Amino acid sequence: MTTTAPFAPAPSKLAIDRVSKSFTTSRGSVLALQEASLTVAEGEFVCLLGPSGCGKSTLLNLVAGLELPDTGSVTADGKIVREPGRERMMMFQESALFPWLDVLGNVLFPLKLKSGLSAKERNDTAHYYLKLVGLEKFMDANIHELSGGMKQRVALARALAPNPRVLLMDEPFAALDAMTREQLYGDLQRIWTQRHVTILFVTHNVREAVSLGDRVVLFSPHPGRIREEFRIELPRPRDINSVEVAAHATRITRALKGHLQEGATAE
Amino acid sequence: MKRFLTAMIFFALLVGVWQWACWRGFWSPVLVPSPARVAEYLWEAALSGDLGRAVLVTLKRLLAGYFIGIFVGLPVGLLIARFRFLRDTIGMLALGLQGLPSVCWVPLALLWFGQTESAMLFVVVMGTVWSVVLAAETGVRNVNPIYVRAARTMGSRWMHIWIRVILPASLPFIVSGMKQGWAFAWRSLMAAEIFVTILTGAGLGYMLHLGRELLAMEQVIGIMFMLVLIGLLADKLMFSPWEKWLHHRWGTDRAT
Ligand SMILES: Nc1ncnc2c1ncn2[C@@H]1O[C@H](COP(=O)(O)OP(=O)(O)O)[C@@H](O)[C@H]1O
Ligand SMILES: [Mg+2]
Repeated sequence: MTTTAPFAPAPSKLAIDRVSKSFTTSRGSVLALQEASLTVAEGEFVCLLGPSGCGKSTLLNLVAGLELPDTGSVTADGKIVREPGRERMMMFQESALFPWLDVLGNVLFPLKLKSGLSAKERNDTAHYYLKLVGLEKFMDANIHELSGGMKQRVALARALAPNPRVLLMDEPFAALDAMTREQLYGDLQRIWTQRHVTILFVTHNVREAVSLGDRVVLFSPHPGRIREEFRIELPRPRDINSVEVAAHATRITRALKGHLQEGATAE
Repeated sequence: MKRFLTAMIFFALLVGVWQWACWRGFWSPVLVPSPARVAEYLWEAALSGDLGRAVLVTLKRLLAGYFIGIFVGLPVGLLIARFRFLRDTIGMLALGLQGLPSVCWVPLALLWFGQTESAMLFVVVMGTVWSVVLAAETGVRNVNPIYVRAARTMGSRWMHIWIRVILPASLPFIVSGMKQGWAFAWRSLMAAEIFVTILTGAGLGYMLHLGRELLAMEQVIGIMFMLVLIGLLADKLMFSPWEKWLHHRWGTDRAT
């Protein structure tokens, strides 16, 4: 589908080059991420998969610019990431919506920080995204009145509103029940196909990773490392309960167990 | 409305029992005047203008001291939350002084400022400021860091984060701190007005003091009644709207 230039390949959207990051805690230093490298193409949907503690969130925070690497570099559109920027928006497991604002106020928050927008343009944009996630009727609702799934929809609208080119999602659906989650998979795939935003999606759920990603990147812990990549070439929209998704998931689960055992015997 | 009615009936009953006890002559009328006598005093004092003047003088002192306390206390509290050095120094000081009963400031105020309005103001500010400082600090330190991270990815920086994220996020703590500050201001002002007799105006505390000197118990009780009334009104006018809004937005009223 994409046309590649004959000589220079299209520059990658995100380039993570041999990035290491450690944290000092009261119990000493933890190597959260060791020499991780990954490139992500424009418009690609990449899932970061692994058990907890293997540096997935750390990698996402580095790409967001919320943390800086000890060594190595993170580049977005060829520029080194030194601080957060609106072109890379983040979604968290807890919605991180602001309880002192109503739903509309939350979606307007990033828009008010964007210069060159009139009040009307901001309002229209916020309405547009609330509609996109199916919550235009809940504009005036308070955050505590929403269900977990609705909260994540608002968070998605808030993240999309400033029109980022990259969406960083840190286990955004992990706290939801299975049915709500499946609805959101559908919505997310629909929105991603429509807008072609680049997505880095962290999860510890293998089927979730397979049913969403173009690529699944496997992590292993102690220290956090990138181990293996799987390309998922299945037509969309994908159904998480389908045989094809299950087949890929089985293969990846087997690889995951292999890396974990390897890690355990090496220690 | 129903709760208001319940409260009204309760108070009416209380006054009824009191009046009845006075009729039966349970106590000496000099020590415990009847409610009718107290009402009569209040009516006369209101007509002569003494009561109104006293209320105004007291409220002016209270509000001045209180707002100075907030305008100083809030930013200091935020700074303390932000800088560890300030927390270890001024924060400790605030913690210590907040525990000091506000009457203790009166002798100092008298020595420093004499029998003046400044002495009065000083006592009220000292009674208010430390609890506001500590409430702001606690509020800020209880803000979920994920709000700040989310705001940063949306392009929020320094001052914007403080004003648009940290301050509103700590509002539940700040409002309860302001309420506590108000209670302290009120108590310290009464202490000051009772001890500091000054010529720039007689407040309610002074009238209370005078009632005792004159052995006019209806005045003492009448003024106490006014103090209770002002306290209740302040709560309903100044804090209830905030608390209602907080409950509504944060959804904290469902627990009660
Ligand atoms: N801010 C931090 N301070 C100290 N340790 C941290 C911090 N962030 C992450 N870590 C540690 O780094 C490791 C990787 O964490 P994380 O990236 O959150 O893993 P994951 O998201 O895959 O569960 C863990 O051992 C975690 O305890
Ligand atoms: Mg994580």
